[in-house]
Amino acid sequence: MTPTAAGHTSADPVLEQAANWLGEGRRVALATVTRTWGSAPRRAGSHMAVAEGGDFTGSVSGGCVESAVIHAAMEVMESGDPQRLKFGVTNEMAWEVGLACGGEVEIYVEAVH
Amino acid sequence: MRSALLDTLLEAQRSGRSVVLATRLSDGAQELVEIGPAGAREPRSMAGVSADQVYAALRAEEAQVADTADGPVLLRPYTVPRRLLVVGAVHIAQVLARTSPEVGLPATIVDPREGFATRERFPGAQIVRAWPDDALERIGLDERCALVVLAHDPKIDDPALTAALGSDAFYIGALGGRRTRRQRRERLLDAGFSPQDVARIHSPVGLSIGARTPAEIAFSILAQIIDVIRNPGASPLAR
Repeated sequence: MTPTAAGHTSADPVLEQAANWLGEGRRVALATVTRTWGSAPRRAGSHMAVAEGGDFTGSVSGGCVESAVIHAAMEVMESGDPQRLKFGVTNEMAWEVGLACGGEVEIYVEAVH
Repeated sequence: MRSALLDTLLEAQRSGRSVVLATRLSDGAQELVEIGPAGAREPRSMAGVSADQVYAALRAEEAQVADTADGPVLLRPYTVPRRLLVVGAVHIAQVLARTSPEVGLPATIVDPREGFATRERFPGAQIVRAWPDDALERIGLDERCALVVLAHDPKIDDPALTAALGSDAFYIGALGGRRTRRQRRERLLDAGFSPQDVARIHSPVGLSIGARTPAEIAFSILAQIIDVIRNPGASPLAR
């Protein structure tokens, strides 16, 4: 065995799962944190992949906005049009899906097709 | 995202190439920018994003937004993963190999001794059954590597530390009690390393949390590596 740099590396597990779902013929959407303000739990660039049927992997927050993002992901799969979401304590939706931590997060949701 | 673009992105990661994905948030336009030895270039299909901005996202290892006349463009870097090289296939190494991938540090286990670096003891890890000088030369220590030396045997530990101190490894740690540390330091100074070189070695290894069991020591080591990654030069902990 000759180890090489390439031999060790692995890809982002969320993107791997997205590719696997596509390979199974399921529709897939990808959510990505684009910007955060204050004490958001996940850094910009964090991914969550959602499959047709509601399976998901990865995260875009500490768990407080994932349900809303899955809902948006379903719409995006249907329409093919990307969506930009913003969650935070100043958001009108805060009582339902706001960030308990007081931070704000902007999320981009796109279909993978 | 086109599935073909996703495939290209995955292929880049698997083959150890750094790339930055540019996404224009207003219309979803995307371009994958390959980072070559000469650095980054600007996205060809998107006006208003500079090569410097692409490179800055890669350096920061964090997605950044570039504001352009056509709206914000997300620059999401996918860097070559870091990795953990463990010299000495001992009990602590087994815990490290199981847990380090969870924090983005897939493990490679190096040990020349019969019966130590076996598939049974290290399922899932990369195993190199060779002397560390050979093994580390083949693996290629670079700035994405952390190296932990655990063999407790100078015949194995010293060649590994010699290779590590001659490299850009971002973390070097070595197990050892007070006497071991003093003797090792003397050997490395005698071998021509400077006190500053030797000071790169974290020893006693791991954060000082009173770890006793192999698992506790493994977690203290991983925590220390995370500290070095996340707080370069400015740890909130007294190192």
